[in-house]
Amino acid sequence: MSEIITQYGTIFLILACIFGFFMAWGVGANDVANAMGTSVGARAITIKQAILIAMVFEFAGAYLAGGEVTSTIRSGIIDIEKAGFADSPELLVYGMLSSLLAAGTWLLIASHNGWPVSTTHSIIGAIVGFAVVGISVDAVVWGKVWSIVASWVVSPMCSGIIAFFIFRSVQKLILDTSDPFKNAKKFVPFYIFMVGFIIAMVTLVKGLRHMGLDFSFPQSLAMAVGVGLFAMLLGTLLLRGIKEVPTDNEDFHFSSVEKVFGVLMIFTACSMAFAHGSNDVANAIGPLAAVNGVVQSGGQFAAKSGLPLWILLLGGGGIVAGLAMWGYKVIATIGRNITELTPSRGFAAELAAATTVVVASGTGIPVSTTHTLVGAVLGVGLARGIGALNLNVVGRIFVSWVVTLPVGASISIVFFFLFKAIFS
Amino acid sequence: MPTPISALFGRSPIRPIQEHMAIAHECVELLGRFLEASFIKDWDTALLIQQKISDSENNADDLKSDVRAKLPKSLFLPVPRTDLLELLSTQDKLADKAKDIAGLMLGRKMEIPESLVERVREYYEESRQASKQALKVINELDELLETGFRGKEVELVEGLIAELDELEHQTDVSQIKLRAKLFELEGSLPPVNVMFLYKIIDQIGDLADISENIGGRLLLLIAR
Repeated sequence: MSEIITQYGTIFLILACIFGFFMAWGVGANDVANAMGTSVGARAITIKQAILIAMVFEFAGAYLAGGEVTSTIRSGIIDIEKAGFADSPELLVYGMLSSLLAAGTWLLIASHNGWPVSTTHSIIGAIVGFAVVGISVDAVVWGKVWSIVASWVVSPMCSGIIAFFIFRSVQKLILDTSDPFKNAKKFVPFYIFMVGFIIAMVTLVKGLRHMGLDFSFPQSLAMAVGVGLFAMLLGTLLLRGIKEVPTDNEDFHFSSVEKVFGVLMIFTACSMAFAHGSNDVANAIGPLAAVNGVVQSGGQFAAKSGLPLWILLLGGGGIVAGLAMWGYKVIATIGRNITELTPSRGFAAELAAATTVVVASGTGIPVSTTHTLVGAVLGVGLARGIGALNLNVVGRIFVSWVVTLPVGASISIVFFFLFKAIFS
Repeated sequence: MPTPISALFGRSPIRPIQEHMAIAHECVELLGRFLEASFIKDWDTALLIQQKISDSENNADDLKSDVRAKLPKSLFLPVPRTDLLELLSTQDKLADKAKDIAGLMLGRKMEIPESLVERVREYYEESRQASKQALKVINELDELLETGFRGKEVELVEGLIAELDELEHQTDVSQIKLRAKLFELEGSLPPVNVMFLYKIIDQIGDLADISENIGGRLLLLIAR
């Protein structure tokens, strides 16, 4: 039993909750906008609708599918034995507290200056930072860390490829045909089905274990099909109202067709919010869960204890709070700046990105939703789908990788030694 | 500095190029009114119209410079940058040519011989139709982008360009006939005037040629 834990356990937990909420708030305030911005920019949903969708589905994604990534951040990156936490468990607490504080602070600084920063990269950098410098190089499960870093490169490429093929299918089945409107009305319901089915399928197969629910594969398949069909039904109802109006199509022959895709994009907007919630909530509550685990067990470590419900609620709630208080402004700004994205492109990018992120979430890999979406958009661009793309954004993303990891690590190290000095 | 997502989408040159073509064609349309004024020897009105053409041509130039300035190498486009810029240049020639014709005729207060007026009127009209067709073709650019420069839309545009070629061929035929008629009259007209009349006939024909070239450039764009 660690003395420090016994003495300060409650304080640690309260601090962890505050920092965790702070971090989740930051995610909601700054990062959600990247997931929802394309839907607003393509004029498929209004800002109010975006906020509503984000609130519901970010929370749902965090709650239903956020368990695996939370587990990774909480205990997958640090080797508990090698770090010697059994002897001094308070070090893990200091480390996780400083990681949260560091990532949250960096997020605040970067947002204030308008720098694009990945919340995922920040927290991972912070955790690796304190572990390497504060404890020892061996404290880190390097295999896991390298696979996470690799996924940061792989996920945008993967979503790019998926987006490319989705868009090509749209071209072949709908846009390039002699009656695009008719074919749009015919095929879009199937795309809607795919959105519901894929998200549900990945979540069911991979993600619900932390809730104590473990479905067999056939059960998951059946339920996912059910979700898909429900979405398809809803979509078909919404599509009924869309008629081909000749005057709309005078200036741009495809106006009515794009309206049909607009309905599809409502569903992909939901899937983006869900995917983002599933992957990014862990950035805030992973460390919190680690601290909670240590404090509750009085300094002993259970190999894989369950994720308490209240922690997920805190994380989801923080995201929603950040979104309601600040995030909506960022969504509005992004939506205003994107003027030339049409729903037929937007949905392809969003579906590809959401799928990639949800698969990553299910596999317990923290990825950057923003970068994955950028990859998807580039994929559509490669299919000649977008009028103009700034490739220097790719360069800027590389730079942000190089900057965020060391900065997150450095700030985390500073806070780590600060906590160590205060409490030890 | 915006987030990666909003920074990712650049300003597409497609709409500006369509706008530019609209202005260029407007110059061609104005030329028609100029010609009518010159036929009735109303040089005051002709001057006003020539100034309007000049203003429009300046607008076109400004728009052209703007598009060029906003197409850095780092911008990823669905079609080659050079093809777009050359299309723009060719469109610009249309506006220039209209301005040149008006300027030349105004400067010499050129009078078209009575017996040729009707033919010249028809000849200009044919060139104008070619320019109008080119405008129609260019207005399909955003639809081409929508379909990713593939499929049925490409077939549609190719059809429009074939019509454009036909219209230009028409003007070639008319030009030969018009020249022949002038040849009959040239003995009875001041020689210098005759030379400039031939020049004006050539230049009105050039309007159709440039229009055809616009169509040709677009085909190249689609093909790559």
